Amino acid sequence: MESVIISVLRRTIVAGTPLLLGTLGEIMTERSGVLNLGIEGMMALGAVSGFIVTYTTGEPWFGLTTALVMGMLISSLHAFVSVKLGGNQVVSGLALTMLGLGISGLWGKPFIGKPLAVKMQPIHIPVLGDIPLLGEVLFRQDAFFYIAVVLGLCFWFLLSHTRWGIEIRSVGEYPLASETQGINVHWVRFSCVLLGGALAGMAGAHLSLSYSKSWTEGITAGRGWIVIALTIFSLWRPLRAFTGAFLFGGIFVLQYLLQPLGISPSFLAMLPYMATLGVLIAGGVKRERRRLQEPAMLGEPYVR
Amino acid sequence: MKLFIKVERRDSTSIPLTIAVILLSLLIGFCLIAGLLAIQGIDPLFALGKIFAGSFGRIYGIGETITKGIPLILIGGGLALAFRAKFWNIGAEGQLLSGAILSTWIALNWAPHLPAVIVIPLMFLAGFLGGAVWGFFPALFKVRFGVNEVISTLMMNYIIAEFLNMLILGPWRGESRMGFPYTDSFPPSATLYQLPNSRVHLFTLILALCFAFLLFLLIYRTKFGYEVRVIGENRDAARYAGIDFFRNTIILMVISGGMAGMAGVGEVAGIHHHLTYPQMISSGYGYTGIIVAWLAKLNPLLAIISGLFLAGILVGGDAVQISLGLPAATVHVFNGILLFSLIMGDYFLLNRLLITIRRDRAEGRTGGV
Repeated sequence: MESVIISVLRRTIVAGTPLLLGTLGEIMTERSGVLNLGIEGMMALGAVSGFIVTYTTGEPWFGLTTALVMGMLISSLHAFVSVKLGGNQVVSGLALTMLGLGISGLWGKPFIGKPLAVKMQPIHIPVLGDIPLLGEVLFRQDAFFYIAVVLGLCFWFLLSHTRWGIEIRSVGEYPLASETQGINVHWVRFSCVLLGGALAGMAGAHLSLSYSKSWTEGITAGRGWIVIALTIFSLWRPLRAFTGAFLFGGIFVLQYLLQPLGISPSFLAMLPYMATLGVLIAGGVKRERRRLQEPAMLGEPYVR
Repeated sequence: MKLFIKVERRDSTSIPLTIAVILLSLLIGFCLIAGLLAIQGIDPLFALGKIFAGSFGRIYGIGETITKGIPLILIGGGLALAFRAKFWNIGAEGQLLSGAILSTWIALNWAPHLPAVIVIPLMFLAGFLGGAVWGFFPALFKVRFGVNEVISTLMMNYIIAEFLNMLILGPWRGESRMGFPYTDSFPPSATLYQLPNSRVHLFTLILALCFAFLLFLLIYRTKFGYEVRVIGENRDAARYAGIDFFRNTIILMVISGGMAGMAGVGEVAGIHHHLTYPQMISSGYGYTGIIVAWLAKLNPLLAIISGLFLAGILVGGDAVQISLGLPAATVHVFNGILLFSLIMGDYFLLNRLLITIRRDRAEGRTGGV
């Protein structure tokens, strides 16, 4: 029984990690006032490019780096359109999704069904990894999880306690005032979109290098959209993103747990999407609170 | 010699300028697609030629283009209405499936006992209703709980697709299908007439053209359409003017969803004659419809042209996939690139670039772009 609990919790952490990475990136992007709906596409591109590089070089760290760079590269399109040109951010994000899914399908076709020989090795953290239960669940994961946790803490500190954080937040709340204070609004927004792209790419690499260790078309399965919902759920705060991401990680694991009970697999596949709707509706009950937290200029272009 | 570029906001845009910018955007889009194909090691001229030959070149290709244009015209018109109010309905895919499911229920249960004159209108009514219900919920969530409609409509897409899988793998699996995940074939009274040597289901085509015209009138000639446009232009102004955001949002999403639902009826009654996997019923029409609406500048009548144009790309994309062995996702690449070039083009509709060339103090030529 204990081993079942440990295995479920371990898998929850694994399933939640890409959601956490993606959500943290989107939080930074949206805090600067830019809405990026292209997570799904950036994730898919990260997944495929990470897989191809890892498959050919045999080094998952190269794959991870590539995914990060590719996520940044493709997000720069959205950054250009929404920040520099002041274009429609919703449509640009959708175009990004189409493009990312399309390119990943095109590049990934020769690699469908090929298993990965190497994988990210779990890192056993000394002392902490030996704690019963907790150690096995939290401190014997692979590097993705630790990176996500460290980034989450960094972003929280950055946003709440540093000058950079204040600059990012003020750009999202009142760009005109920021500009008069000598902050380059376009530069801050541009770099926040790129940061979000890098993290979405990394989240995708987790899916193909750690979660499923293979590439299939549709590997992201709507996680990019769940990430956007989680950003709202976490009220644009990095620490709250942990709760949301691992809650939804648990829902993904629940699908496999309930399968032996004879419930239709199609019904189980609906669960994460219904939970996403549920979370957003529940958040709507405390609507005023959410409105206070939302970056005031989210989705609004800033024209100099 | 120095080059100065000054950006100015345009007060208004003329129609010739709009057309020129859109055509130029599409041209640039195709150049980018050609570049990407070249990177893939594919001769871009051959591939692009294949796309146009496959979609507009032969009689069969034209038939296929019109066939795929039918759902795109319906969906594009519905999305144009929703986008006018800045309600980002990304759920046309799910609304299409919902319409297909409900009309299939009519076809399987009532059609064997009734003549086509009654069954076909009933099916389209059911399809409209199915799509409308699937559009109603995100609208309700938005006005009542402030739920972001992009996420809710998308989640509804996933949910209905899985629900459809559940039906065709479970209770609706046809008895004559030997285990394949299809429903039984529709009885003849529930199928639509197809033009000879094509899959063009004429009834839906006429319906789509009529609805495009009706939607055009609705947007430009009625109080409702005016209110929808005001909400889209400036929501605060709409509120001060006493425009009912709640009521208008619900109505426009019922219509927008219903349009997609009818597209679903056309697919099952006009082409497949049974219900099957979601990706077989709709080859991403709900998402392509977004580009149709955007390219048509949110005008349902222009959506007829842009719908046929993008249908051509879908058909040509299929042709190029088969002859070059490319994956199905290639069409997404085309769509994404074209949509990007279109929004980039919008920049030049909203702004005027003044390019000045100056030579050694002497004032140079000034040209507006």
